[in-house]
Formats: sequence, C-alpha cells, structure tokens
Amino acid sequence: MKRTRFGFIAVLGLLATIPAAAQTAQIDGAGATFPFPIYSKWFSEYNKLHPEVQINYQSIGSGGGIRQLTNETVFFGASDGPMTDEQLSGAPGKVLHFPSVLGGVVPVYNIPGVDAELKFTGPTLANIILGKITKWNDKAITATNAGVKLPDTDITVVHRSDGSGTTYIFVDYLSKISADFKKTVGVSTSVNWPVGLGGKGNEGVAGLVKQTPGAIGYVELIYALQNKIPYGSVQNQAGEFVRSSIESVTAAAAAAARQMPADFRVSITNAPGPGVYPISSFTWLLFYENPKDKAKAKIMVDFMKWALTDGQKYCKDLGYAPLPQGVVALEMEALKKIRL
Amino acid sequence: MKTPSPRRSSDDRLFRLGTGFFALIVVLLVAGIGLELFRNSRLSIAKFGLNFWRTKTWDPVAGNFGALPFLWGTLYSAFLALLISTPIALGIAIFLSELSPKPLRTPLAFLTELLAAIPSIVYGLWGIFVLVPAVRALENVLPQWLRKTPLFSGPPVGVGMLAAALVLAVMVIPFTSSVAREVLRAVPATQREAAYALGATRWEAIQAALRYGRTGIFGAVILGLGRAIGETMAVTMVIGNNPQVSLSLFAPQYTMAAVIANEFTEAADDLYLNALIEIGLVLFVVTLIINVISRLLIWSVNRQVKVKAAAAEPVQRAREAA
Repeated sequence: MKRTRFGFIAVLGLLATIPAAAQTAQIDGAGATFPFPIYSKWFSEYNKLHPEVQINYQSIGSGGGIRQLTNETVFFGASDGPMTDEQLSGAPGKVLHFPSVLGGVVPVYNIPGVDAELKFTGPTLANIILGKITKWNDKAITATNAGVKLPDTDITVVHRSDGSGTTYIFVDYLSKISADFKKTVGVSTSVNWPVGLGGKGNEGVAGLVKQTPGAIGYVELIYALQNKIPYGSVQNQAGEFVRSSIESVTAAAAAAARQMPADFRVSITNAPGPGVYPISSFTWLLFYENPKDKAKAKIMVDFMKWALTDGQKYCKDLGYAPLPQGVVALEMEALKKIRL
Repeated sequence: MKTPSPRRSSDDRLFRLGTGFFALIVVLLVAGIGLELFRNSRLSIAKFGLNFWRTKTWDPVAGNFGALPFLWGTLYSAFLALLISTPIALGIAIFLSELSPKPLRTPLAFLTELLAAIPSIVYGLWGIFVLVPAVRALENVLPQWLRKTPLFSGPPVGVGMLAAALVLAVMVIPFTSSVAREVLRAVPATQREAAYALGATRWEAIQAALRYGRTGIFGAVILGLGRAIGETMAVTMVIGNNPQVSLSLFAPQYTMAAVIANEFTEAADDLYLNALIEIGLVLFVVTLIINVISRLLIWSVNRQVKVKAAAAEPVQRAREAA
C-alpha cells in the first residue's frame, strides 16, 4: 500500500517537472564584478519580457569569466579588460567581444580640512601612485589647485588587493601617461604596486580611504557617489580638467567609435576630444562566433539587441554610462557574425 | 553467555563497515586535497624552485613570483599573536581550572568558548572599525624617538602587522585556553595533593601542575599557532595587503592566506594560478604538520598519567601487602 502511494507521488512529481523543463531556456554566464549590478537588472527585466528565458550570471571576476568561457562551462563570459591574444588563441573557438556598458574610475581622497574638488594631471597621478610624490602640499599638486590650502600630510596610496577590472582601467590610463609607470608597474588586473595599502573590492578601497587621513585611492564612480567621498577631476588629452559623469564617460567612447577596431578590443582611456573623461572604459560580453548550442545563441543575440537598445536606459540609475549611438550601430552589425 | 545470533553479528559488521567507510572518506579527502594542490602547482614549482621562497617581488604582469613577503607576514603575525595570546589564554585556563569559584566556572568558560564561535569576517569588521582607529591613535601618541626605531617606524595608517596580530590573538585565545584547561584537568589530583603535603602555597601547587602538564600546554599553544597561520578574512581586512618584508609593527604587510583569497579569482594565466596554489600547498602542509604535532603533545599528557599509574601499581600493591 505504502509503496504504491509513494510511486504514484513520484510519478506525479516527475510529470510536473517535465513541462517546466521543456519551456525555460537556462543560459549560464560568468565574469566581471564591475557590471554585475546592471547585468542583474538586464537579466531580470529580459525575463519579464520573455518568461521562458532565464539567464544566470556568476560574478566571479574577469579572469574567472574568461577561464570558464574557454573551458566551455558557461555559454558567455564577461570581462572588464579585453582578452589578450594568448587568451584568444587558447580558446577552442573564435571569441567575439561586445561592449555592453561604460564605466569611469575616479580618484578619491581624504584630506582633513579639504572638501574641495582637486584637479589632477595625469603625470601627477602617476607619480603619486608610484610613490614619488609623498606629501599633499607637493608642488605638483598645488600647481593645479591654486585656491586650495593643502596640508603637509603624508599621502597614503590605497589600491586594490584583489585582481580587478577597475585596476586594469586605472593602470591602463596611467601607463599611457607615464612610461615610467608602464615599465615599473604595467597593465593587468593584478599588478605589483610600488607603495600603498590594499583594500578588497571597491568597497574595501572606499572604506580605507574614508578611514585614513591623507589617503588617495581609485574606485568606480558609483562607489564614490554612494559613499559620499570627495573625488577629483583628471586632465584629459585636450587639457581640460574633467570630472567623471555619464556625459563625460560616454564622450570618451564616442571618440573611440570613430576608430573602432572590428573586434571592439579597444582601450578608451586617455581618449582625445573635448569633454572626455580620461579614465573611462568599456566592459565586454564575450561570445563564441560559432557556438555549439544554436538555440541558446539565438536567444542571446536577441538579448544583446535588446540590451544595446532598450537595456541602456537602466544604466543611469545604476551609475553606468550608456553606449554612444555609433558604437551600438557597429555592434548590431557585428552581432550578425554569430553563426546561428 | 548467550552466543550472538547470526543476524545481530552481521548488523554489527555492517555498522562497522559503514562507519569505517566514513572515516576512510575523511582520510581520502585530505589526501585528495594535497594531491590536487600539488598537481596544480607543478608549473610554478618547476619554474621557480626554491627561489620562490627567497624572492621578494610579486609581479603578476611580468610573471615574476616570489613568496617571501607572504611567508614572512604569516610567520611574523602568527608569532606576535602567540606572544600576546599565550599569557592571556594560560591565565584564563589557570583561573578557570584552579582558582575561580564554582558558580563562576561554567558561565566564564562558556563566554570564552563563545569567542571561537564568532565568524572570522565579523572579527575583520570589528578590526576595521574599532581596532584600526585605535592602533592609529596609538601610533600618533608614541614619542618621536620611539617612532624612529625599526620596530615602530612607518606613517600612522592604522592597518598593519600590529592590528593583524591583535585580531589573531583574540581569535586564538579561546582555542589555547580551552585545550590548556583540559590539560590542567587531566593532571592527576595526587600531584597537587603531594605539593600541598610538602607545604606548598596555592601558586606553587599550580606551578607543579603546570610543570606536569607542560607538554600538553605546549601542544595547546601550537594548536593556537595552527589557527593563527591559516586565518584569512580577518587578517586581510586589517593587515594592509602590501607585500613587503618589514620588522615594523606599523607597516602594512601580507600573509599567504590573504594573497590567495585576494588574487585567486582574477588569476587568469596558468603560471599565476600555479604560484598561488603553490602557496596554498605549503600552507596546507605546514598547518597539517602543526596540528599533528600539537595533537601528539596534548595526548602525551594522558599517556604520562597512564604510564605513571602503571609504574606506581607494584609499589601500591607492596604497600597493601605489608
């Protein structure tokens, strides 16, 4: 008696799962932590429009995302830095890059008694991070901040202890500005910092800067805004001191759109042009050109078309800058390369 | 005596096999972890060899990996933590096992053990918001001539070796104190009675008990060392994460567990990953060895008791016969 009842319930249970399994498409992705908030928003909004599609994203870091994509354990990856040539040749198939949103990295500081917005030139920032400029009232800093009374406090550099796309963007910019920086430190998600404290995550850096008098660090714009930490403006190629904002970051990408390489693997730090914020960057979604699962590919292409157009309106509230029209148009064309 | 029925003995055998199997799984798990760690660190071992542990540069961009700063930071922070925690933990153990009034004993023991139940990340948060500002205030108060000495040099940032050592000390105290209490309890009453019979004071009797259980207490301290070496989250939040070898208590430094936790997710190329896993392998082996040594030392006190009791038996029997 008990056995037949159990068997009956088991069969019912099985039957209940079959229709659900047949209808929802589950697509897995993994990668960068920086765009995780906007991706989460996109995947949930897209699911509202297409309830049969469920996209799961694990924010394990750009390096992890690239590795999982190469091992084909996920369908798509996400990275704050474009894949290097070696990483591309290590993948089983050709990988395509698609910029999804833009972000800006800002220099945050905590100087007791100074509330004003400081202006930094590229070389000054590089020398501070290299440990060559050690006091806040150094000539290099006071030269561009005439109206501000800077104290004789030691500068404590705060950087990321964990590997990060934010670091990549920041050191990419500094390497373009200073050959010395490029030689000593280099460009990667994890680098050999000459001086300074390491904080874990954007939150860690923000926390350390807030707590330590005389500290300077770098975080994504949204962290500076949410934690109400003063952040400075940086001098761009045109000589203007620009503060990071939706407009100035998007302007950096618009400048790059005119010379966009076909594979979208471009660095837009220190971009030329007026009103451009120099420490801006794309973040990319990575797809195989010839994916094995054509059904999933079709769904993701459709998702990308939505994300590049309607999806961009969610950027502002979450502190990201939307892609400029020129780049979106190029990407829509490039999406056709994915073989369905 | 009734012979056990066949059904009962097969149940017993099944029970023995089943529980034996679970015990075996644990051993296989430990061996499996060790093997995987070794397998995935071969690239780095092959490329750097022993120089890995002698070089100071940790440069992921150039592919030059040297783990000396992490080894230094781990050993220095654990050593300082032991220095701070051992007297306190032993004091707690002695008080709870010898001196405290009976009604106070259980609540105090419970509170001390509660320290061990606090999650590591909570210690880290307490470290950041309470300990680090306190250390910074301390740095600002120290006289200038002291700040020039190598042990106390460096700008007053707050995060650094001292903050890490203090957090570790608080985390290690419950382990050392509870094991030391057990060891002191295992010291036979005859030892203390003999001391009192010879006219010892309270403190001298306690000293006699401590001397008897010294190997076990040393084992308790080593257990604390094992805990301090492996601690990750609390340390990485207050140590400053700067890979430098420095004697200064106020300098930001780095430990092996912290660097693995911080850099593992973004280690995109194989050599980098292998270097981190090699650090993990050494951490694994060192912690295993330390824990084995500590267990052996702690058990030796019980064995001492049994051996001395067995040796005393013929004398006891002779006395009774007379």
